[in-house]
Amino acid sequence: MAEKKQFQKGKMVPVPSVSIIPERDLDKTPILECSHLGIDFGGLTAVNEFNITVGRTEIAGLIGPNGAGKTTVFNLLTKVYQPTRGTILLDGLDTHGKTPSQINRMGIARTFQNIRLFNNLTVEDNVKIGLHNQEKYSMLSGVLRLPKYWRQEKAAHERALELLSIFDMQDMAGYQAGSLPYGAQRRLEIVRALATNPSLLLLDEPAAGMNPSETAELMENIVKIRDTFQIAIMLIEHDMSLVMGICEGICVLNFGQIIAKGTAEEIQSNPTVIEAYLGKQQ
Amino acid sequence: MKKINKKSLNGFINYGIVIAAFAVIQVLLGMGRLSNSLQSLLVPACCYIVMAVSLNLTVGILGELSLGHAGFMSLGAFSGITVSILLQNALPMASARLAVSMAVGAVAGALGGAIVGVPVLRLQGDYLAIVTLAFGQIIKNIIMVLYVGVDETGFHIAASSERFNLGSDGVAIIKGPMGAVGVTKLASFTAGFVLIMITLLVVQNLVNSRSGRAIMALRDNRIAAESVGINVTKYKLMAFVTSAALAGAAGALWGLNYSSTVASKFDFNTSILVLVFVVLGGLGSIRGSIIAAALLYVLPEMLRGLGLDDFRMLIYAIVLILVMLATNNDQLKALVGRVIPKRKKVAANG
Amino acid sequence: MSFLNNVITGVSLGSIYAIIALGYTMVYGIAKMLNFAHGDIIMVGAYMCFFAMGSFSLPPAAGVLLAVVVCTVLGIVIERLAYKPLRSAPSLAVLITAIGVSYLLQNSAQLLWGADTKTFRPLVEGSLVLVPDQLSISYVAVLSIACCVVVMIALTLFTGQTKMGKAMRACSEDKAAAQLMGIDVNATISMTFAIGSALAAVAGVLMCSAYPVLSPTTGSMPGIRAFTAAVFGGIGSVPGALLGGILLGVIETFAKAYISTALSDAVVFAVLIIVLLVKPAGLMGKYVPEKV
Repeated sequence: MAEKKQFQKGKMVPVPSVSIIPERDLDKTPILECSHLGIDFGGLTAVNEFNITVGRTEIAGLIGPNGAGKTTVFNLLTKVYQPTRGTILLDGLDTHGKTPSQINRMGIARTFQNIRLFNNLTVEDNVKIGLHNQEKYSMLSGVLRLPKYWRQEKAAHERALELLSIFDMQDMAGYQAGSLPYGAQRRLEIVRALATNPSLLLLDEPAAGMNPSETAELMENIVKIRDTFQIAIMLIEHDMSLVMGICEGICVLNFGQIIAKGTAEEIQSNPTVIEAYLGKQQ
Repeated sequence: MKKINKKSLNGFINYGIVIAAFAVIQVLLGMGRLSNSLQSLLVPACCYIVMAVSLNLTVGILGELSLGHAGFMSLGAFSGITVSILLQNALPMASARLAVSMAVGAVAGALGGAIVGVPVLRLQGDYLAIVTLAFGQIIKNIIMVLYVGVDETGFHIAASSERFNLGSDGVAIIKGPMGAVGVTKLASFTAGFVLIMITLLVVQNLVNSRSGRAIMALRDNRIAAESVGINVTKYKLMAFVTSAALAGAAGALWGLNYSSTVASKFDFNTSILVLVFVVLGGLGSIRGSIIAAALLYVLPEMLRGLGLDDFRMLIYAIVLILVMLATNNDQLKALVGRVIPKRKKVAANG
Repeated sequence: MSFLNNVITGVSLGSIYAIIALGYTMVYGIAKMLNFAHGDIIMVGAYMCFFAMGSFSLPPAAGVLLAVVVCTVLGIVIERLAYKPLRSAPSLAVLITAIGVSYLLQNSAQLLWGADTKTFRPLVEGSLVLVPDQLSISYVAVLSIACCVVVMIALTLFTGQTKMGKAMRACSEDKAAAQLMGIDVNATISMTFAIGSALAAVAGVLMCSAYPVLSPTTGSMPGIRAFTAAVFGGIGSVPGALLGGILLGVIETFAKAYISTALSDAVVFAVLIIVLLVKPAGLMGKYVPEKV
């Protein structure tokens, strides 16, 4: 409480020094540690001094006004962009110089703000592509249809249906992914990301375009996914009911800088955050 | 929502069509019902079918435009011819020599595919298309100055006729702009049939495996594919090299079907011809490629005999434009749809 | 001296490539299509000039004018009939249609004018002697370089200063947005094809004046080379087309002179591949990564 008072008094709001990792994860190494992370696009600093720690089973929220650099942070974490500065440790391992596909194999999976499915393929194939690195047979076994192929394809088929059942989508397995309704496409993207067996799942605006009841269902499902898979989830979202409802730690970004970190309560009463969203009070 | 039917059944239908066509043609041949000119089209038609199916792997399944597919065919043709002549004494059995030559042709095609693929697949879209075009031209150009022969002292290879010092008893295999001459014809319709079946086996089984799914994922959305851990270079290269290897084998079969072959046969126009088969057959549709290649190769050749020789290519051009307009213009498509009710098909990604 | 002679030959050949490449680049910039029929417009232009000067004994200027008019009309008609209905079709469908148009032009030319090779009478004859017996520039080369310079300046002014030019640039950035701003996209695209085809006619006449053989397939190889030049410089970029064209002409001439005539094509295309590997969007093109 003392710290909160300090925020309200001072003009500059310091980043809270205490970790926002939930208590149950405190004794374990964090899954993600970013320090001094930053990227410049030709002189323009898009993200700067991004420091964050995410616990092993934490649900973390990344919020901020449009253009604050939230998706850029995701792109840095997944190495779609190579950071200009700083380090990203995933489960204690440095991800420097890795490609996006290597990052996925190290344990980060993500969804996209503008849905990116394999539109011409079936729902099941989309999930199976997520299972790609867990299937181990070679091209030759595939072409010659060796026993290894049949065994692993059967396992992949079963696993895909099992994963789809999280969102009750197993009946849609044979449909073309691009022809699904919008909400189902968003859910399929999450299933595909989960199929890669991640330890950290990044969700970029998972509730975009959903109505309140769909959002409520999604909230339940996100918690359920964390509980079943015992993974960390970090999400970008504009729907404050979702963020405040399920995120244990929230990080607020504005103009590429972290302006506040803390629990939902702390963030809601933080004057800098209010200013960033609503403007300065006259 | 659109349901997609099971692909494995589709694959068996394709084998069935090819086997049935082979059986019918064999019966017609046995009854002597096929004219000589039609018989001479059988092996080239097989080559074009293999070319079209293999190019479909690059263009339809991987989603990258290639304008130099004939270049790989050329590599296969000349390496296959060379090997068949070198093995003339060591391997007297014609069918075995043909099989070895085709295998060597496939390896040559694959090597070419890897050489052009490794650096070039980093490029995207039209730029990749231009480089494949350039590569096809380079292969044609190099083979046109190449002299290859064998004599008592061994194997000779030179880049000009002056430097080509073949012994008097030697056999020249490739003679620069004149190409390969004096080739023993080893190709047969049965070999073509077997090559088509192998091609179908490779392409169809690849598509329905984890590697094939990875390749199609790259086509549909590269960024998403990377995000689920797919190695872009590896799978692009896999599709590209497989496609080039099959084209190489088809090239070897082609080369061993004629007593002489020139490099300019495998030019830009041949690459385009095969691309036309693929596009008209439907991107990603293996059956479409087979049927389009067979029909579009054989029909214009048959028009030759009808006194329409002068107008043959003109008709071909007009039909090509009209078909593209009818299948891709929304208004025309609606018009065609009203006349012929059509099954809904999965749109292929360009 | 032979070096200087080669430079002059290269630059003049390159100027012709540059004029053709401009047509490719403008059409690509606005319609995002590889117009493979562009090379055959060159051939039609050359035939027009050939008949005007040969059969009707018109002066060279009238021949060029006729070629330009016919090709401009031809370009607009082709765009309207074959490409416009495919505006929203996949790019591969448009590419195949362009190839169909290319076959159509070649085969129509063969039916109308015969498959035999015709000898083209150059627009201007003789050459300017700089150093007697050692260094000279043919008047055709002078004319090619001059044409290229004039075309470049005119096009730069046109796209930069005029209303139509600005509309063109707007359409090449974003057709839908341009339409919302009140620009007639169809008219703009027609205009682009018209300019590109007019340039092709000029290039065709210059090309056949420098290398006086004419047949229905005359246009295809220069077409592919100029297309390479456009990619070389960065397709979509007007100064890139100039740079690409001149470089290509010089490289081709040097490869013929110092390496081997038979391998000149291989050298040109190998240089293209190397350039693209270093600069994936060509020398002056912008590489725009996909936004995630």
